[in-house]
Amino acid sequence: MSLLLDLALVAWLLALALYVTSARGDRDAIVAFIAFGLLLGLGWTRIAALDVALTEAAIGGGVTGMLLLRAEAHLRKRKPGGPSKGVVGKAVTAVACVMVTVGLMLVVLAFPSPAPTLAPAAAAALPATGLGNPVTAVLLAYRALDTLLEKVVLILALIGVWSLAPDGLWGGAPRLRPALVPEPLAYLAQMLPPFGVLIAVYMCWVGADAPGGTFQAGTVLAAMWLLVMLAGLSPEPETRGKALRLTLIAGPALFVAIGFLGFAMAGGFLSYPESIAKPLIVGIEAALTLSIAATLGLLVAGPAQMASGR
Amino acid sequence: MAATEAFTLVFVGAGAVLFLAGTLGLLRFPDTLSRLHALSKADNLGLGLVVVGLLPQCESVTGALKLVCVWLLAQLSAATASQLIAGAVYRRKPGP
Amino acid sequence: MVAAVAEILTGVALFILAVTALGLFRVLRAEFAVERMMAVQLLGTGGAAAILLLGAASGTGAMSDVALLLVLFAAFSCSAFALGQASPNVDGSERPEDGA
Repeated sequence: MSLLLDLALVAWLLALALYVTSARGDRDAIVAFIAFGLLLGLGWTRIAALDVALTEAAIGGGVTGMLLLRAEAHLRKRKPGGPSKGVVGKAVTAVACVMVTVGLMLVVLAFPSPAPTLAPAAAAALPATGLGNPVTAVLLAYRALDTLLEKVVLILALIGVWSLAPDGLWGGAPRLRPALVPEPLAYLAQMLPPFGVLIAVYMCWVGADAPGGTFQAGTVLAAMWLLVMLAGLSPEPETRGKALRLTLIAGPALFVAIGFLGFAMAGGFLSYPESIAKPLIVGIEAALTLSIAATLGLLVAGPAQMASGR
Repeated sequence: MAATEAFTLVFVGAGAVLFLAGTLGLLRFPDTLSRLHALSKADNLGLGLVVVGLLPQCESVTGALKLVCVWLLAQLSAATASQLIAGAVYRRKPGP
Repeated sequence: MVAAVAEILTGVALFILAVTALGLFRVLRAEFAVERMMAVQLLGTGGAAAILLLGAASGTGAMSDVALLLVLFAAFSCSAFALGQASPNVDGSERPEDGA
């Protein structure tokens, strides 16, 4: 029965992916892409990658979808003529995509039969970190440098988005709130965020010992913040705001600070003294969650569209 | 078979039937609003029955509580999202 | 749990997914753009039910966390989309939506 389920799931994922690429309009493709993200989240649970499943549901089924929808609305304003990419452009894109897919397939098929794995080593060193979830241990202890750089890249991406604002609006606020807020949305924006914040805190806390963690928690927080701004319950923040900018860098800054402290306390950059490894990691996670939430929310909100009232 | 397992199977089965009913409504109903109705009503009830059916299988009380939370959240969000979709449909086509 | 029951729960999950997929392709081929957004709603509910069933069948408690996020973000995406449809918002000039 399990095998049948897996086969069916793969077939539906492929069919949905084909639909996304062949959809008539950009909006159709985006809607199908969101659905694809939710279904892919289910797919990840089938190979016991619950951390990835959570991230996929949050990013693929939520925040990316909204980012794409906003980008599409923006493009539609520029070019009322609809999609204008020529046949050649489409063909080149298709060929490039097929080549990437075939390349990945060849790589996967070329793995030796018992694939090389560091999983036993990761599990063996787990007690030293005080954590119970090996994925969190990889992200925040064994490969902490990668995670740190990832967060910095997120902030760089945000600076890229901000720099799209015209000179006159620099430092102003993005605009999310529509001219007319439907009543159900205002209701949802009042009812859902308490649930969402609770779920985010739970995700962040449980991440030390079970699937979950900073990125999932941060994404949930970002979505709740976006919802509140969409309904006009809270004004969009000015991108010049000091508190906002501090929130953005607080997580990575704390991460770097603790990293340097590692030289003094544990003999290396980003190494934690064993006795307080877990409190340090949980502290970094909490700060990172807030920073990720702010960064993702502002990435979706886009560049400033309203002049700042200084 | 133990009574709890029979309970689980009965409720989960009923939930599956409701999912089927929701899809049948989606396939057969003539206009957008009634299709939306079929989707949001039947599927949510189906999810609720599945949750009730799975409650006796939970290992802990907190696990059971989390299941109930999933359903409550689905109730809240699905109902509101359906209202939003219906509102958008309604504005698009003036008159029912 | 008895192995047979776990097997049956997996089967029910497969059934719900199959039914959901059927509805999904019907909705995606719908006439109005708004109606296509039901696809996300559909997958949120059906996917959550399937995940809960599979979690119970495999005895993984953390699976219900995935269901929780699935439901949460389905609602989020739906409202974001319905909003873009409902009003001439960010752009101020909404093109008459595709009826074809």
